Amino acid sequence: MSSDHSAVSVHEHPPASFGVPNLKLAFWLFLASDCMLFGSLIATYLSYRGKDQLFGNGPYPLDLFSVEVTTISTFDLLMSSVTMVLAVAAIQRGNMFQTRLWLGLTALLGAIFVGFQGYEFTHFYLEGLKLQGNLFGSTFYVLTGFHGTHVTLGVVWLLLVLATTFTKHKSMVTHLNVEVAGLYWHFVDIVWIVIFTLVYLMEYTV
Amino acid sequence: MASPAIVLPEHCSEEKLSGIWSWITTVDHKRIGVMYGVSALSFFILGGVEALAIRTQLAMPNQSIVGAHFYNSLVTMHATTMIFLMVMPLSAAFFNYMVPLMIGARDVAFPRLNAFSFWTFLFGGLFINSSFFFGEAPAAGWFGYANLTSIQYSPGPGVDFWALGLQTLGVASLAAGFNFIATILNMRAPGMSLMRMPVFVWMTLVVQFLVILSFPMITVALILLTFDRMFGTNFYVPEAGGDPLLWQHLFWLFGHPEVYILILPAMGIVSEVLPVFARKPLFGAPFVIFSGILIGFVGFGVWSHHMFTTGLGPVADTAFSLATMLIAIPTGVKIFNWLATIWGGSIRFTTAMLFALGFISMFTIGGLSGVMHASPPIDLHHQDSYFVVAHFHYVLYGGAILGLFSGIYYWFPKITGKLMDERWGKVHFWTSLIGLNVTFFPMHFLGMQGMPRRVYTYEGGFGWEIWNLCATVGAFLLALSALIFFINLLKSLANGEQSGNDPWDGATLEWTLTSPPPVHNFDLMPKVTSERPFWDQKYGSTHGHDDTTEVAEEEQLPAEIHIHMPPASYWPMVVSFGVITFFGGLMIHPVVSVIGALTVIVGTVAWTFEPE
Repeated sequence: MSSDHSAVSVHEHPPASFGVPNLKLAFWLFLASDCMLFGSLIATYLSYRGKDQLFGNGPYPLDLFSVEVTTISTFDLLMSSVTMVLAVAAIQRGNMFQTRLWLGLTALLGAIFVGFQGYEFTHFYLEGLKLQGNLFGSTFYVLTGFHGTHVTLGVVWLLLVLATTFTKHKSMVTHLNVEVAGLYWHFVDIVWIVIFTLVYLMEYTV
Repeated sequence: MASPAIVLPEHCSEEKLSGIWSWITTVDHKRIGVMYGVSALSFFILGGVEALAIRTQLAMPNQSIVGAHFYNSLVTMHATTMIFLMVMPLSAAFFNYMVPLMIGARDVAFPRLNAFSFWTFLFGGLFINSSFFFGEAPAAGWFGYANLTSIQYSPGPGVDFWALGLQTLGVASLAAGFNFIATILNMRAPGMSLMRMPVFVWMTLVVQFLVILSFPMITVALILLTFDRMFGTNFYVPEAGGDPLLWQHLFWLFGHPEVYILILPAMGIVSEVLPVFARKPLFGAPFVIFSGILIGFVGFGVWSHHMFTTGLGPVADTAFSLATMLIAIPTGVKIFNWLATIWGGSIRFTTAMLFALGFISMFTIGGLSGVMHASPPIDLHHQDSYFVVAHFHYVLYGGAILGLFSGIYYWFPKITGKLMDERWGKVHFWTSLIGLNVTFFPMHFLGMQGMPRRVYTYEGGFGWEIWNLCATVGAFLLALSALIFFINLLKSLANGEQSGNDPWDGATLEWTLTSPPPVHNFDLMPKVTSERPFWDQKYGSTHGHDDTTEVAEEEQLPAEIHIHMPPASYWPMVVSFGVITFFGGLMIHPVVSVIGALTVIVGTVAWTFEPE
């Protein structure tokens, strides 16, 4: 994945640079870009929030939300950030066994979160919240769906990194590559904290 | 002292670098730049033909050469093509070819990602244009206002082609954005501090930041539109409480930074061309750079000046009006810096220089009418009239395109080793300059006389006839100028005069190389001691205090230098194909989209495990 070699000078002078590896720098930029993506989706959700009540077009958020269930899934995702940190620390120490363990656990916790979301979507759908039904349905499914897609891709990515540790390409599982996967994972986690606060918790304020 | 022998890997040998397959699999930034350029110029012809059809239809009142609906398609596709498939990729051609050379790098940070950007752009462009053969070309305008784009008002496939095609182009631009920022920040030659970077590289950097921060917003706008059209959601459906203004906000949050994405590369080119042909350093270069940065920043805070007529209220109108007027300041700073650069210089009126001067004058006219729109009461009168059409053609044709032409004449010798014919170049310049003024200046009058935009015909008797005819004549003059340009381009390519390595007495690193540059760019990592490294080398450093010790360095050179070059790869193209299959599949069958998504995943994995 890393193509830094083309940056290596033909003799010993290092090029002027920011001291951050190309891959990591590009990934920070991607995350900045993704912030704007989620920012726009969240702004869309917020600008339509409560409008269905004006049109008498239910179901409304409080008819459906179960803050207990979502709190558990949020806790699960937060814990996956902890295991991700441990995975990065393990590869830094060169401990392959622990790297595998924590990567696998992170992916598992991520998969559980996606499972929770699947349950929630099914439940809401059966309760009458349709993508096509009202603004809450459209904005809720698209916003949380995009987040869920990000988590799913993250799980696939982590599993690929994990699988690589068992192949002859083992040398590709470097500290940098695990750290970059970690950056993505923490970002997705932070976005969920924002969504959980604005979409779920805010409904319970007076 | 003897130069060391350069040893390149086997995959860089002569026979491996010829034939169509070598272009498909190339990861060389120079070849990708050339492919961007060729594609952009091809789309330029397409967009130009659309413009001629529009102007022919409008030449006289009550004509029906093209029907109303097809006229809407022509307007939409002319704008979409010129913005996304001509000005942006032609700028990208220069980013690709020139930025690594100007900063002294071997290639961009991610060469295969760069190839991916190109193929995704090309497939996206072809996809949008293929709509002409599949029923209906997009006809809802390049701004695609909701709810004209709803299934109810645009039942055909045109809007889907447009939305999914733009989405694909967005993927290409975003990938290029990450790549080029990483390249510019991380791969500069030793000594090239940020403030020693050529202004063109600076403007590229600003543009890429605009791209990565503004494109996600149109991505979301288009996702919501696609969901509305394909899955029946209510984002832009007023009956369900959806607000069509949401589209306008999201679109212009992207759309206004996009304006600077289009113009800043041209400003960068002009900032390179003027000093060379005036034989003077760029006047107040740091001010030009910081003005560019400021334009980029403030550019994110002015989007609602496109929406004054929607009734946002006096507070929003005032804020956006002020922010818009503010942008005129850094822009004015740049114009005065350019003028001060040529002031007292020993000017050579080459074609590149003429186009750069044309850029300054024409862009100033467009900029002045732009400041008028910043005032809401005036904007209420201008909105949706030909005055606005006149304004943005002055900044886009008179600005962006003249600037890009200047770049073509300036860098053609570097890319091909041949000079473009100067005599025909000057004919091209003057026909362009006269043509664009004959075409677009009367549109100011038409706007003031109340002629609305986007109408496919008009009644006689409003005093519009003469100016419309005038604009049409001008458009054909512009077509003639383009024809002259293409003939000159092909002729010069075939048997242009040999240019040598440094035909213009250039100041920046790309001119230190052979023309065309070798596949590996620089034999030795260049060392930079000022913002004009090649002038320093030729005429002695202008900064007495930081002389280099190059002689001492070169003594330590080995006899042979082995250069690592990234091998060719077809995976970027495969992944691009997956992307377009995914988006196109949404219009055909979900299974096709799934195949596209799987292609992306498989391609990405294969790409990752490819040896470098």
